[in-house]
Amino acid sequence: MNGSGLPENIPPHAEPASGGGVLSWIDRRLPVISAFRKEYVDFPMPRNLNALWNFGAILCAVLVLMLATGIFLAMNYTPTAAGAFMSIEMIERQLPGGWALRAMHVTGASLFMAALYIHLFRGLYYGSYKQPREILWLSGLGLLVMVMVTAFAGYVLPWGQMSYWGADVAGKAVGAVPVIGPTLEHIMEGSDQLGDIFIHRFFVLHFVMAFAIVAIVGLHVAALHVPGPNNPTGKPVNARDTVPFHPYYTTKDLTGLVVFALVFVALAFLWPDLLSEPENYRPANPLHTPADIEPEWYFLPFYGMLQSVPSKFGGLLAAGGSIAILFAVPWLDRSSIRSARSRPLCRAGMAGLVAAFVLMGLVGRHHAEGGWMIVGRIATLYYFSYFLVLLPLCARREMRGTAG
Amino acid sequence: MDEQGQQRCDTPGRHAARRHGALLSGLVVLGLVSGGGAMARDYREPPRQTWSFQGPLGHFDMGAVQRGYTVYAQVCSACHGMKSVTYGDLAGLGLKESDVDAIAHAHHVPAGVDAGGHALSRPASADDHLLSPYPDARTAAAANHGVMPPDQSRLAVVHPGGVDRIYAFLTGYGQPAPPGMVVPQGMFHNPYAAQGLTAMPPPLHEGGVTYPDGTPATVAQQARDVTTFLAWVATPHLTERHRLGVGAVVFLVFVLILSICLKRRTWSNVP
Repeated sequence: MNGSGLPENIPPHAEPASGGGVLSWIDRRLPVISAFRKEYVDFPMPRNLNALWNFGAILCAVLVLMLATGIFLAMNYTPTAAGAFMSIEMIERQLPGGWALRAMHVTGASLFMAALYIHLFRGLYYGSYKQPREILWLSGLGLLVMVMVTAFAGYVLPWGQMSYWGADVAGKAVGAVPVIGPTLEHIMEGSDQLGDIFIHRFFVLHFVMAFAIVAIVGLHVAALHVPGPNNPTGKPVNARDTVPFHPYYTTKDLTGLVVFALVFVALAFLWPDLLSEPENYRPANPLHTPADIEPEWYFLPFYGMLQSVPSKFGGLLAAGGSIAILFAVPWLDRSSIRSARSRPLCRAGMAGLVAAFVLMGLVGRHHAEGGWMIVGRIATLYYFSYFLVLLPLCARREMRGTAG
Repeated sequence: MDEQGQQRCDTPGRHAARRHGALLSGLVVLGLVSGGGAMARDYREPPRQTWSFQGPLGHFDMGAVQRGYTVYAQVCSACHGMKSVTYGDLAGLGLKESDVDAIAHAHHVPAGVDAGGHALSRPASADDHLLSPYPDARTAAAANHGVMPPDQSRLAVVHPGGVDRIYAFLTGYGQPAPPGMVVPQGMFHNPYAAQGLTAMPPPLHEGGVTYPDGTPATVAQQARDVTTFLAWVATPHLTERHRLGVGAVVFLVFVLILSICLKRRTWSNVP
């Protein structure tokens, strides 16, 4: 392993484009063309990357799709309590092609989160957070949090029953923070009732966050291109085990992207009921609480944690902590072995972690009632003990093994 | 069309269970079943019907949708509105622009007040919405035994039990109330209504409407047609969406084959 934290595979030196022509004229003044060639054409990639490495490119594509559809939706959206729901109906019914635009944006949100979870798991499983990729990991987690905030803000905008009551639950959760809770809740909601100010705030938040995400993605990709990507073995690759990005990974990413697009169009146009919540097609009604308030599927694990911890603030700490703890992973796991392929104990623990995460989602689905409460507590306990106990202990054992 | 496995069971709980079940259970390694979550129903389980618009390849029978509009216009719209829908949207039924304008002009919409404070109205245009006949929720409730007739724009999507329950409800009047049930003045017994009681009088009658296409207007026929119409109003682009989806899948499968070929050829020299 590279102890000094130097780049693991050094990108080729960029030659400024030579000769005449407009492109080389531009390149001599602003080396965008040679930089692009260096980072996306000649960039050395480990040749053993598996399909899980496709999700970075997929996430970029979904992000572009979300921006493209989102801008046109925003042009037709009215951020007021009286007008929001009807403006969505107008987009779906009267705006030409509006229904397709919205179907893509809604499906894109779900699949963005799905792809993010897979991408995150990939990083965790193959130890992509270890040095020299700590900043890559941290920026990625920053993106996860930002995408979650954006997704939540976006779900509020149609101002249906689930938008309203979901926002109500989130506001009350924030309000449960000791001392500063009520102030935070007021800052979030803008007034004593969820209405115009709240919607307007969340519309701006949703819109601004989308572009902030693009900026952080830039940093994330820049941080990736310093050490180059990790690979399934977790060991640094020799120059002869690399292939140039183009045409090898352009064709591979394209294939992955097309498979993803197939899933995307099937969900958006053929099976939209799998992702949509019918209750949100009822306009928000502050006087009528729906029988069954639940967030979108991608927030269910955190909702499960929130509900299975007895105290409200405790639940909030658990749900927030479950994300916060990921930021500490590079320092909790001190082992020099990256990939879980070479760490049997860690690998088994990680299977349990995925199971615990899915279980917490089911607990959220069932509102932590009856036996689900117990399941939720065990899963939550396991989730945290994996990071706080199993991972550090596993690392210590492995370090001792390599020393002896 | 595969119509067997595509029946819907649409109480909110069941629907959500299926929705999340499908997503999560794919991930569940432990073989846990995500079922359950079905909420206690306060109405009789409606018999399952076969509808042409169900399933990923479903489409609307436009003849039924048009007949359903006749029922809606002559019966339902006396009490219910569709405030998300404009008269112009009715062009999707297959009506000509002149027909849409004629329908719109036959209705009046509020147009503010005159100098004396008296309410004014004007003939509707294609951009006007199919408003409730009542000026506000309170008046609507007062005129209907304290229950406001719900808006029907998305009724087929949001109504627990979905289209099967709407059909069962419309054809479910006239059955004797179970012993012990007291039907209050102004209420009607219907096993498919919540708690078996509804404030809506039986809306459909044999021959109650006259279909332009000559179809005999039995209660069952009217119920089927108007349910189809409500489903169309709730998801007017369903047929087009499915067509787009199938086209996109076919195209992407073709692109996928090409990209796999390209990728294999590119990687063929990598050991």
